Amino acid sequence: MNRATKILLPLGVAAIALVAWHCGVRLLRSDLFPTPLDVVRGIVELAQAGLLLKYIVASLFRVTWGFGLAVLIGVPLGLVLGWYSRFYAALNPLLQILRPISPIAWIPLAILWFGVTDAAPIFLIFLASVFPITVASCAAVHNMQPVYVRAARNFGLGTVALFRQVIFRACLPQILTGLRIALGIAWLVVVAAEMIAVNSGLGYLIIDARNAGKRYDLVVAGMVLIGLIGLGLDYLVRQLEKFDEVRWGYASNSR
Amino acid sequence: MSDSVISLRDVWMTFPGKRPGEQIHVLESVNADIARGEFVCIVGPSGCGKSTLLNIVGGFLTQTRGEVIVENAPVTGPDRRRIFVFQENGVFPWLSVEDNIGFGLRNMPADKKNAIVAHYTEMVGLSGFEKAYPRELSGGMRQRVEIARALAANPDIIYMDEPFGALDFITRLKMRADLVRIWQAEQKTILFVTHDIEEAVQLADRVFVMSTRPATVQKEITIDLPRPRDLDSKGYLEKRDEIFKAMGMSLKIGSPADAGGNGGRNPEPTAAVEQT
Repeated sequence: MNRATKILLPLGVAAIALVAWHCGVRLLRSDLFPTPLDVVRGIVELAQAGLLLKYIVASLFRVTWGFGLAVLIGVPLGLVLGWYSRFYAALNPLLQILRPISPIAWIPLAILWFGVTDAAPIFLIFLASVFPITVASCAAVHNMQPVYVRAARNFGLGTVALFRQVIFRACLPQILTGLRIALGIAWLVVVAAEMIAVNSGLGYLIIDARNAGKRYDLVVAGMVLIGLIGLGLDYLVRQLEKFDEVRWGYASNSR
Repeated sequence: MSDSVISLRDVWMTFPGKRPGEQIHVLESVNADIARGEFVCIVGPSGCGKSTLLNIVGGFLTQTRGEVIVENAPVTGPDRRRIFVFQENGVFPWLSVEDNIGFGLRNMPADKKNAIVAHYTEMVGLSGFEKAYPRELSGGMRQRVEIARALAANPDIIYMDEPFGALDFITRLKMRADLVRIWQAEQKTILFVTHDIEEAVQLADRVFVMSTRPATVQKEITIDLPRPRDLDSKGYLEKRDEIFKAMGMSLKIGSPADAGGNGGRNPEPTAAVEQT
């Protein structure tokens, strides 16, 4: 497949979807549900009111903090869990109990602990992403080729150097894949997290637009923005996979 | 023996089996002595425990019984003065060729390190590939990187566990020639495990022939052929046949009925054999 096809094909599908959306709304004569053009007008309106950038930055700010903290804690925790079998035996059951609890279920506790501050949604985003990151890092250690550790031991590496120079490096491709999944989840959760307690962000926009005058054009505008930014975030993480330090860990078609 | 670098005294190895209480005897009373600068090959049938033996000597496994003395001290673990070259290729895929080769030189001043890395990169014929990553190299080149990494660390002993096993025939022949050339230049002690009898005769000063499991060194054969070795010479073929015989293998392929189909130079078949 050449480059032009790769770009034109999805654009064509998007165009067809937009046309279908537009015609659908017109045919059904819906008063509330917006056409694509209404949504674009809504976005322009947000931009003119100075809210567009403000809300996007607010959401990204919360995801950066929540996700960043999850990376800082989840990656080392996962690597240590994967390496020390006693630690794994002790902690893994607890982790597996906490993991399936939806971050949404933590909302009451988040409000109880953090009130109506930014810390509440950040906490929820942290919870949503820390488990997939920990699990991916731990699994990466379990799947690691033992020969790397043996070679490192042979060259006299101590425990700290072994973790930094070999275990972390050997696990990095799988960790990155885990981060990609976790960032997707974090972005999913930011909307739910912003529906409580805060008064900015794309999640707030959606719930506020509906409550304040049934502005469904703005509701859908929020949804579209979330989708586009999610796509952008995923693209950014994918770019990391192209570095020589990790490229060896992915399927041969990306060589 | 005081002049031996590696000394195995009555080494036994038992692994727990799948069923409780079951034990798998892999090594049984292995005795051997290897002198400084010697190139020794260990050959034996697949699964006989020769890799296990090398891993015990290398410090990655602990024997059930007996003594392993290397450089006058019992082996307690891997040691940076004795580098292992792994069967499955232990080159780090996240490091470039030069960073891999320099891995054992972490605490060295940069200019000295660079000089050593450049020297061994050239020795293994990888000049021009310093910045390449292992995934961009062929299997033979990756194996060269690992050998260069081992040599750059300046070990006294190199342990090699079927390092050329995954390579094609032509590459293997070339790698053997290179290894002997490097060994002659560096004067390291090399303990080399292989299941390939031809390889052992081409490389070694001495060959230890292991028996089937539970394995022991059933025969020691000194290969006193001059180097470079002529793979067609009478002496070479005699040594090869001696090892075949020690391993209890037939040098004939097929039953008498289809013997006429063998276009090789009878009565000396080349490589593949069947076990009797």
